[in-house]
Amino acid sequence: MKTVKLKKQVLLKGGSILDPIKATLKKGDVLIENGKIQSVGKVTAPKAADVVDCSGLIVTHGFCDVHVHFREPGREDKETLDSGSMAALAGGFTRVCVMPNTEPPLDSPESIRYTIDRAEECPIHIHPIGAITKGQDGKELTEMGAMLSEGAVAFSDDGLPVTDTGMMRNALEYATMFDVPVINHAEDLCLKKDGVMHEGTVSTHLGLPASPDITESNMVHRDLELTELTGARLHVPHVSSAKSTDHIRQMKKSNNKITAEVTPHHLFFTDEDLTTYNTHLKVAPPIRTKADRKALIKAAKDGTFDCIATDHAPHTIEEKEGTFDLAPFGMIGLESCFGAVNRVLVKENKMDIIRLIQMLTINPRKIMGIETDLYGEGNPAELTIFDPDEKWTFSKTDIYSRSHNSPYIGKSLVGRPKFTIVKGYRTESVRQSKTNSK
Amino acid sequence: MLQQKHLLGLEGYPAEDIQTIIDTAFTFREVLDRPIKKVPSLQGKTIVNLFFENSTRTRISFELAQKRLSADTINFSASTSSLKKGETFKDTAQNIEAMKIDAVVMRHPTPGAPLHLTQHINSIVINAGDGTHEHPTQAILDMTSLHEKFGYLKGLKVGIIGDISHSRVALSNIYGLKIMGAEVTLCGPSTLIPPFAEDLGVSVNYNVDEVIEWADALNVLRIQRERMGGGLLPSVREYRNLFGITTERLSMHKKEIVIMHPGPMNRGVEIDSAVADSDQAIILDQVLNGVASRMSILYLLLGGKQEKGES
Repeated sequence: MKTVKLKKQVLLKGGSILDPIKATLKKGDVLIENGKIQSVGKVTAPKAADVVDCSGLIVTHGFCDVHVHFREPGREDKETLDSGSMAALAGGFTRVCVMPNTEPPLDSPESIRYTIDRAEECPIHIHPIGAITKGQDGKELTEMGAMLSEGAVAFSDDGLPVTDTGMMRNALEYATMFDVPVINHAEDLCLKKDGVMHEGTVSTHLGLPASPDITESNMVHRDLELTELTGARLHVPHVSSAKSTDHIRQMKKSNNKITAEVTPHHLFFTDEDLTTYNTHLKVAPPIRTKADRKALIKAAKDGTFDCIATDHAPHTIEEKEGTFDLAPFGMIGLESCFGAVNRVLVKENKMDIIRLIQMLTINPRKIMGIETDLYGEGNPAELTIFDPDEKWTFSKTDIYSRSHNSPYIGKSLVGRPKFTIVKGYRTESVRQSKTNSK
Repeated sequence: MLQQKHLLGLEGYPAEDIQTIIDTAFTFREVLDRPIKKVPSLQGKTIVNLFFENSTRTRISFELAQKRLSADTINFSASTSSLKKGETFKDTAQNIEAMKIDAVVMRHPTPGAPLHLTQHINSIVINAGDGTHEHPTQAILDMTSLHEKFGYLKGLKVGIIGDISHSRVALSNIYGLKIMGAEVTLCGPSTLIPPFAEDLGVSVNYNVDEVIEWADALNVLRIQRERMGGGLLPSVREYRNLFGITTERLSMHKKEIVIMHPGPMNRGVEIDSAVADSDQAIILDQVLNGVASRMSILYLLLGGKQEKGES
């Protein structure tokens, strides 16, 4: 993904402006001066401005993903903060929150500082999420106060659940002092055992060890009740089952400190797609049934889910080429995200495009306490320009991540980010690079 | 000869091909009764027996079948730990392929591994058991044995008794028997019956006496001792009381019933010695039919077509 420095004056001309705060979508232009928003809507453009033709495209806030794994430090063979940034830009993301399950994990103020310093050099904004417990082993709390001072935005032992209920209570209690979200990867490991997929008809046919939906919903319910008890903020990641969805919907009615995310892959695939033992579809929590998928789509539409998060999880070809039991859990997802969720939610299930964009822009920023007023005059330009209708087939050449573990290769997607503007740069048009490369 | 290039499993396998395999197995049974038990059918063909998991009887059965057909055979036993240490599955597969072979018979602890193998090599792949998924040649030999005994499979009532969840023999038998029109009832401790078993088109009954009353034949599966005392089964005594195929239990039913067992048996656990050695047991016929069935499968997959040059 090549980026070019923004000219002194840049005019995004002839597109529609989607304002996720005002919930409006209307024709208009955007003028950027010295990398900052000058005006949005009706613009008197100076003659010298560099014009970006946005006809037929929608201009909106830069997408924000609260759940990615960029593997730095430790597994730079899978992804680095730089290569992950390129994947993000290709997917229209200007801002991501990186999970702390690196090697070593981000479990100290020093490691948070390291990530913040490294992120400075990257072409997108990167916020570290700190570990809940030291070494992510579920035993000792991390120095949350100091980690927040260094720039952490939330806490999670993602990849691993906080199994000990007493420990999870303590973490939530402690986090109330700072009013930051705690994110728990909800899977009851005693029930999961060696399960590698969802337990159902398909797993019975495939002979693969599997775990039922309550492996997740049981722990989600526990966390929701602990949130009631402690008054802490809980963000539920990658919700995969109808049951968890029901618990969250119910609890949210009386508790405004609960937020939840859903991934593109849980919205796009079902366990029936695993019949070829495709290791790219081995994820945790697993991809579940048609009925679960339907419930997730409903929950995305009715607001039970606040945001879309990719859980972008790069793994090497070597690891994913192994047999199903040995392959690690996870798939990449930044580049394919918008085309997948736009197809499923907006095109196939009639969700309002404004709602979807809110789930990709202001909602995730609110959860992480990040500025949402991106159209304010003088604010640094952080924008995504996308084609809402382009039908395209996702291929290997669309991947900018260092890893290629994507089950979307060969899948038809609808809608595509065209330009991403952030930190004074914009990406080269996807349209151009596409014609060049083929 | 057969519609599919490989034999990966019996799920969705054509009924007419299963019948062809069984019929051909019977012709090879005759070969095995001759003084010279060898035919030149697969002369010049090279078959690799690739066993990533310990196996005695399946490997010997395959090797004998190959030798009886005059194929060249190579045995390769790799421990899975060596794969975990470094070499990828793909490398192992492609290395073997590079040695110019015609077919691979593979046993592997992971479900789906044979399908995976077909994505990396061009040779014919025969699944000799993939974890808790399928063991199609065992199911074929079981069906050959049932066909030999009864003369038909359609409408036959077969009870499969024991640890169904961890059994590739059970799953392949279920697929195969259903395709051939037989009826199947699963019977075993509820912790060892897979969830959603009914979706396979079978019945589940926890009362072994009712199953004995209903069935024409019982396929008794091995109960592994490591399942005992864990979370799945309390004890051998409890299992024997509830599901053991004992002399006393069979004598209470005034009917003839055929007893099968894929081996290796735990005498005194899932089956009594007296039952295993009785006339109603066809366990040793299964073993002989195993060689004949595997000869049939190898012959039909490898022997049918003549190479027609490069074009």
